[in-house]
Amino acid sequence: MAAPVLRWCCPARRWILANIDRGPRHGRGAPTGSRSSGKRGQSSVAQQPLVTAQKPRKGEHQWAAVVGLEIHAQISSNSKLFSGSQVHFAAPPNSLVSFFDASLPGTLPVLNRRCVEAAVMTGLALNCHINKKSLFDRKHYFYADLPAGYQITQQRLPIAVKGSLAYSVCVGKKRSQVINKTVRIKQIQLEQDSGKSLHDDLRSQTLIDLNRAGVGLLEVVLEPDMSCGEEAATAVRELQLILQALGTSQANMAEGQLRVDANISVHRPGEPLGVRTEVKNLNSARFLAKAIDYEIQRQIEELENGGEILNETRSFDYKLGCTVPMRDKEGKQDYRFIPEPNLPPLLLYDSASLPAGADPQQVINIDQLREQLPELPSVTREKLVQQYGMLPEHSLTLLNEVGLLEFFQNVMKETRAEPKKVTSWVLNTFLGFLKQQNLAVSESPVTPSALAELLNLLDQKAISSAAAKKVFEELWRSGGKTPAQIVSEKRLELMQDQEALEQLCQATMEEHPQVVMDLKKGNPRAINKLIGLVRKATLSRADPTMIKEMLEKQLSS
Amino acid sequence: MLGRTLREVSAALKQGQITPTELCLKCLSLIKKTKFLNAYITVSEEVALKQAEESEKRYKKGHSLGDLDGIPVAVKDNFSTSGIETTCASNMLKGYVPPYNATVVQKLLDQGALLMGKTNLDEFAMGSGSTDGIFGPVKNPWSYSKQYREKRKQKPHGENEETNWLITGGSSGGSAAAVSAFTCFAALGSDTGGSTRNPAAHCGVVGLKPSYGLVSRHGLIPLVNSMDVPGILTRCVDDAATVLGVLAGHDCKDSTTVQDPVKSFILPSLTDVSKLCIGIPKEYLVPELSSEVQSLWSKAAKLFESEGAKVIEVSLPHTSYSIVCYHVLCTSEVASNMARFDGLEYGHRCDINVSTEAMYAATRREGFNDVVRGRILSGNFFLLKENYENYFIKAQKVRRLIANDFVNVFNSGVDVLLTPTTLSEAVPYMEFIKEDNRTRSAQGDIFTQAVNMAGLPAVSVPMALSNQGLPIGLQFIGRAFCDQQLLTVAKWFEKQVQFPVIQLQEIMGDCSSVFENDLASVSLKQ
Repeated sequence: MAAPVLRWCCPARRWILANIDRGPRHGRGAPTGSRSSGKRGQSSVAQQPLVTAQKPRKGEHQWAAVVGLEIHAQISSNSKLFSGSQVHFAAPPNSLVSFFDASLPGTLPVLNRRCVEAAVMTGLALNCHINKKSLFDRKHYFYADLPAGYQITQQRLPIAVKGSLAYSVCVGKKRSQVINKTVRIKQIQLEQDSGKSLHDDLRSQTLIDLNRAGVGLLEVVLEPDMSCGEEAATAVRELQLILQALGTSQANMAEGQLRVDANISVHRPGEPLGVRTEVKNLNSARFLAKAIDYEIQRQIEELENGGEILNETRSFDYKLGCTVPMRDKEGKQDYRFIPEPNLPPLLLYDSASLPAGADPQQVINIDQLREQLPELPSVTREKLVQQYGMLPEHSLTLLNEVGLLEFFQNVMKETRAEPKKVTSWVLNTFLGFLKQQNLAVSESPVTPSALAELLNLLDQKAISSAAAKKVFEELWRSGGKTPAQIVSEKRLELMQDQEALEQLCQATMEEHPQVVMDLKKGNPRAINKLIGLVRKATLSRADPTMIKEMLEKQLSS
Repeated sequence: MLGRTLREVSAALKQGQITPTELCLKCLSLIKKTKFLNAYITVSEEVALKQAEESEKRYKKGHSLGDLDGIPVAVKDNFSTSGIETTCASNMLKGYVPPYNATVVQKLLDQGALLMGKTNLDEFAMGSGSTDGIFGPVKNPWSYSKQYREKRKQKPHGENEETNWLITGGSSGGSAAAVSAFTCFAALGSDTGGSTRNPAAHCGVVGLKPSYGLVSRHGLIPLVNSMDVPGILTRCVDDAATVLGVLAGHDCKDSTTVQDPVKSFILPSLTDVSKLCIGIPKEYLVPELSSEVQSLWSKAAKLFESEGAKVIEVSLPHTSYSIVCYHVLCTSEVASNMARFDGLEYGHRCDINVSTEAMYAATRREGFNDVVRGRILSGNFFLLKENYENYFIKAQKVRRLIANDFVNVFNSGVDVLLTPTTLSEAVPYMEFIKEDNRTRSAQGDIFTQAVNMAGLPAVSVPMALSNQGLPIGLQFIGRAFCDQQLLTVAKWFEKQVQFPVIQLQEIMGDCSSVFENDLASVSLKQ
């Protein structure tokens, strides 16, 4: 039932329509269209390093970049912010539209309790001050996918203010140094999402899908405390994890549930901030980092060449990898805000201010929501470090990859192997395989149980590490077999027969007198060659340490 | 039968003196006879007859739904009616058939009322004459009354009778005319600045504006959300209370309705007014007030005084700022509310398709009349970033002052305020259109509009006929959510003044048989 032939509106060129001459929405806080790139999976796993190291360019050291973010997160709720229509991604066009969503005259907004709770929970998780009284406003602009001609938002008095988001960036050559950073959160406001415009260039028409119109959004405004694309992308990733842990948003960027606009400026340290540009509609963490870094460079070069930065809205062309100005022929838009007259002030309570005898269905208790907050990612990571002696950067990776933590924990449940061993296998071997094939954890052919069993075999010294790698490869290739089956089929079990192994050692030394000579002459590395030869003879089924011990014993005897 | 009040005809239905279908047919016939009044935009004959049939079945089984079962009612054409065109008297919504009923409409239907049709109004309820809609002006039934005609005969005018008809007032003029001309027993209006009370006064019927938040606005196509209230037009105060009893109450679809359970609106018959304190706001004595209305106002005050009520002069000092303040707030909300009419989802759409913007512009130019466009323009001006503080915020502050004026007066012990409803009786159309809509609205709303700022209940009750034989109404204003108390006082007043029934026999010609036996018996007795 999906609209045929139509393409989702994508950044850059898609804005320019064959026939319908309309400027894009611009300015802060307008619901940003999903502009779904259609490339799924890029945010689920296998995120490339967030920012590619920029080559040092001239004058860069003299400039400081300032980056702030406006993030729109779609609230995970059964129904929309002000109407009873369902919220569901990729439903047939216009199948989830109530009379209110279509702005039929006479319809009125009715606030969805779940959305308010989601906003409060998010505010609490981000250390915000929750306003006990917040207000709704109308923000006006004409656009085909905004049926009422205005968006209901919280311009004057938002539901949460003054919070902070802590995140960690990995730096250094091996990205093994973890630096903790904090970005201040200016506010969180509740607002409506817009519908989607589907531009059909061939037929010179625009079709409107209102399924998304009126879905609840959390607009999270991050203060300009970041200084590069990686920081911004990492902060967004942390926010994404928090939202997902809270269940307040699925925060899937590919599905448009998390959309980011970045405000970027550069200045010389010690001087006032520069003129900022806004880059809109960034729909993946990777593009976010790229776009910001590109824009920083562009601004520096512009200024170095004696140019000036315009306060403008730009979009990121992900094909060209650069930002381009969005057409902005009317200049700054005046949204003509007005208080939403159909919604009384939103009042929240805490246990102290809760009116006696209040109907629990009619009031929201902040304290109660605070008690119900689930474990946040920072706590989860801390626990991993404490419980398993894991390195902080490993705990970061475990959480950053969707489903990886759960996979790890499931392996842990079924194995006797050391946590460090498990971590190493999950983060190096398992994740490496996934990335190589661009798969999500959920798509892995190897189950946690299988890996656990394999690690048990390793732990029991039933197989060698090298054999374990082979078993893993085999598990990956031919799902369905257990590690034990593979081990026995391929005869990979470790040689437990001491005598046989000793004979093999003896035979190898005899076959390679030159190596033995080297060793005796004092080249300590020569023993490694012997070990390798013995292992080869055992078809890698012997434990190298054991071989080494035997060789040394035989040499000294 | 048609001349009776809602309560009387309800009793007749219960007693089987008349069936709902007979009643419905009589009203339909009268609607046709009075078509020239232009009170109705849409007559929903088939719907009404079907509803009558069902009502009849209920009566036969003895399962009447209540006082409204089988009662013909009319609804202003700015309330959404499922399956029935709802135009707001605008090209923009011509042909628009809503898929849902306004809560108030649904409540009437749930009580078994028969929906006779949708009544005429000023475009999007912007006006005080019911003259500025695309379907043409509504004519005041009193233009054709025996009372008015006899007075006119005494004066040699020589003017063309055909062009000399009177306006109904507005913007709910169609509803007022429909009730006044006996084509239904109650009608819904809407009241944002006086749009129910003003035509009620001009048409000699009762016009109630309930407290803001008491009656759901869901489905009422808004003018000013923060002031709009569904209004009730009936032939007597008790009827208004009956209808209010049906309509009032929390609606989960309108977050501005109060949650408190609604008390009964059955009105006691006051015999003693000595414990009442009636306030007479001195600021309402304006130079433009006609001497006739002024003297009736004084007479009414004396009536209360003579019966033992305490009548005191009070001050509402910010009254004079009300009209200009209203202008800013009204146009600002209008600019916002009208933004949805872009030709995309529903309503009029122009033929131009070179660009979306061009389509919007042409659609809105073709869809809205000058009055609507003018208000949108002013409203957007007031909401501009550079003007917002100076206009909108200021106006909101003034609004608070105006509302506080009322609070102060009521806190000082006043129970009900007594004021004129309009400056004068209804004027002829030709005279009315000499001024532009804005001036006329400012004049028409002068006594009614501050009430909307404060969200208070108010009711216009016809008091007497002017020297010209035209109705003059007075307004009672009550404390917020003290609608019952307000109506109780109004009912006492109504009983004292014995306002005469409109005599329409002459103009109705052969239809007069409808009234023959009824009109004589119509009275305000229960």
